[in-house]
Amino acid sequence: MKATVVVRPKPGILDPQGEAVQGSLRQLGFPVEHARVGRVIDLELEDDDRAQANAALERMCEQLLANPLIESYEIELAEEP
Amino acid sequence: MSARPRIGVVTFPGSNDDRDAALALELLGAEAVPVWHSDATLPDVGAVVLPGGFSYGDYLRAGALARFAPIMAAVRTFADEGGLVLGICNGFQVLCEARLLPGILRPNESLAFVCRDVTLTVERVDTPFTSRCEPGRRLTIPVKHGEGCFYVDERLLAELEGAGQVVLRYEGGSPNGSVAEIAGVVNAEGNVMGLMPHPEHAVDELTGSTDGAFVLGSLVDAARDRMQARAVAV
Repeated sequence: MKATVVVRPKPGILDPQGEAVQGSLRQLGFPVEHARVGRVIDLELEDDDRAQANAALERMCEQLLANPLIESYEIELAEEP
Repeated sequence: MSARPRIGVVTFPGSNDDRDAALALELLGAEAVPVWHSDATLPDVGAVVLPGGFSYGDYLRAGALARFAPIMAAVRTFADEGGLVLGICNGFQVLCEARLLPGILRPNESLAFVCRDVTLTVERVDTPFTSRCEPGRRLTIPVKHGEGCFYVDERLLAELEGAGQVVLRYEGGSPNGSVAEIAGVVNAEGNVMGLMPHPEHAVDELTGSTDGAFVLGSLVDAARDRMQARAVAV
């Protein structure tokens, strides 16, 4: 089963990478007000049970993929084929 | 028993200050014992140093992957039992990711890698890592990092300040955007410390300052006391 995890800097957390990207986009002439840079992690799981996969993904995020002090995460499980 | 206390220095894949840490500890009278990341147990040591570098290429977040190296389970047990653990730079990042220390180290606010001497004020001299300092002592020690911006939220910051867990602060502004100019913290129990500056690079006049000896020398003293106490108990 395929899954995607999106990790974002939490609101209010300074994101210097996002600020640099915003600055560069403005320099290119795009009227961008804010940019925040996160991370996308695509996973392929052995498990086919959606509930189990969801629970495992939650644990992956808490333990490794995101640091809850500064990052939030979203889990997306691919639809059944 | 030998008067040279044994101090373990862990090498992760990508550590690059492990040799400097070992050399500095030896210069200050310790016997540096190399410890490999995939070992499951620690040798008989009075303290453990997690050195600087770029463990696992800093992938995901600095220190995030090293936290799960087999040796870290042993380091956690050692720390839980009151053992002395010092994390320098990447070692500090590993200890934060392992939740053995509060907070996290984020990319520098400037996004630039900083490599220069900084002045630190020592806020506490009653820790095993600063006992050689007199109150008000300032240290000149180099930093070299891209991800040294110490972050805790306001609530945790108040907690750390209240409990006196901030041991080192940058003087004259932080080089990386750290909250409250924090350069080094200890855990609540006072036996685990992390700092971004590199005391192991400041122990020989040849390379400038020798102020790093105030930190590492304190650790050597404390490790010696612990090994001697253990020998007496046995």
